[in-house]
Amino acid sequence: MTAVAEAPIAAPVATDVTFRVRRFLPEVDAEPHWEEYTVPLFPTDRVLTALEKIKGEVDGTLSFRRSCGHGICGSDAMRINGRNRLACKTLVKDLDISKPITVEAIKGLPLEKDLIVDMEPFFEAYRAVMPFLITDGHEPSRERLQSAEDRAKFDDGTKCILCACCTTSCPVYWTDGQYFGPAAIVAANRFIFDSRDSGAEQRLEILNEKEGVWRCRTTFNCTDACPRGIEVTKAIQEVKRALIFRR
Amino acid sequence: MATLTSVGTLYRGGEGMWTWVLHRVTGVAVFFFLLVHVLDTALVRVSPEAYDLVIASYKTPIVNLLEVGLVGAVLYHAFNGLRVVLIDFWSKGPRYQRQMTWAIAAVWLLLMVPGTFFMLKHTVEAMFGSTS
Ligand code: HEM
Ligand code: SF4
Ligand code: SF4
Ligand code: FES
Repeated sequence: MTAVAEAPIAAPVATDVTFRVRRFLPEVDAEPHWEEYTVPLFPTDRVLTALEKIKGEVDGTLSFRRSCGHGICGSDAMRINGRNRLACKTLVKDLDISKPITVEAIKGLPLEKDLIVDMEPFFEAYRAVMPFLITDGHEPSRERLQSAEDRAKFDDGTKCILCACCTTSCPVYWTDGQYFGPAAIVAANRFIFDSRDSGAEQRLEILNEKEGVWRCRTTFNCTDACPRGIEVTKAIQEVKRALIFRR
Repeated sequence: MATLTSVGTLYRGGEGMWTWVLHRVTGVAVFFFLLVHVLDTALVRVSPEAYDLVIASYKTPIVNLLEVGLVGAVLYHAFNGLRVVLIDFWSKGPRYQRQMTWAIAAVWLLLMVPGTFFMLKHTVEAMFGSTS
């Protein structure tokens, strides 16, 4: 075999991409408004990179939350082209750049500034379902063992990063200040179906209330929005089924 | 820098969101039909003549079209209602919600195409003359 000269790999080219961002600075703006920014980006760049470029090179007042940049901290949920996404997991090549890409804050939580919302109501619902291990009886002297099958029962819910993409994509959550929202139900599901936990009855009782699972209208927006691929509507359905068939 | 409108964009939900919107719209529409229907039927006890008059006023092409719309709305609401029941109660329901959406769309079309034909047949014949 003789070595063959490989075709040179074309260097990636940056193209100008326009972003239409819904801005709101409470100190100066009475109302949110849209502004457009054009920045050069590579197809493999993330929307988060674009926002950082805008903030660093065009307009330093642009505000948004981000931490890890790798889809694990759950900070940068926002509405990109009308759908809830993590800016750090959305690549330019997956968007239609022939028209401006819209970026706005997630819906249904109080808008504080630009892309930042008050997450407190979201976490309040999360805390309400007691998302921690509840046990009774004697403290065991060794680990609480669990079979692989039992572990698999609640595996999906353990992947949640509490980004609120699901809850703020839910039409019921937008219009109804009461509903716990899908993320809190996913968190409850994760413990309800954990064989080591004994707080299932309490949590089911909470989710049976009028703010609970019966508000869900199975629109699947939450499932489509989850950046972790969690089958959110299915997790809610499992709780509904447990409420009907288990007791 | 362009300053555009202040309102946010419409959330771009998937089939699930739009089937739900349609479900609510058809549910409310059918409710109002039933309300009117109960009222016009109750009229027979008030005055049979007035009842006949109201029912006669329904025999127009527009009302005929509305009837097709009503059948379409009831069929959609019923089929999608069954889909929602399956999503909630059948353990595999949430995984097959998309397939079920296409299934109800297919059954709906299958019933509505001949249904519309037979429901409008009389009106069309009355308006443009019968060919037979
Ligand atoms: C043909 C038999 C029917 C079936 C199988 C059916 C089924 C359903 C189901 C399962 C729901 C709950 C939807 C959800 O949770 O998202 C629902 C909602 C609803 N139905 Fe029906 N229904 C029927 C007839 C009717 C009739 C006759 C009316 C009007 C009087 C009606 C009005 C409504 C309304 C207003 C809603 C609320 C929609 C919402 O919450 O989004 N339905 N129906
Ligand atoms: S499936 Fe239920 S919880 Fe999820 S977005 Fe729809 S209504 Fe909300
Ligand atoms: S379930 Fe998914 S979308 Fe919802 S908070 Fe958790 S990771 Fe985010
Ligand atoms: S920055 Fe952490 S999830 Fe996107």
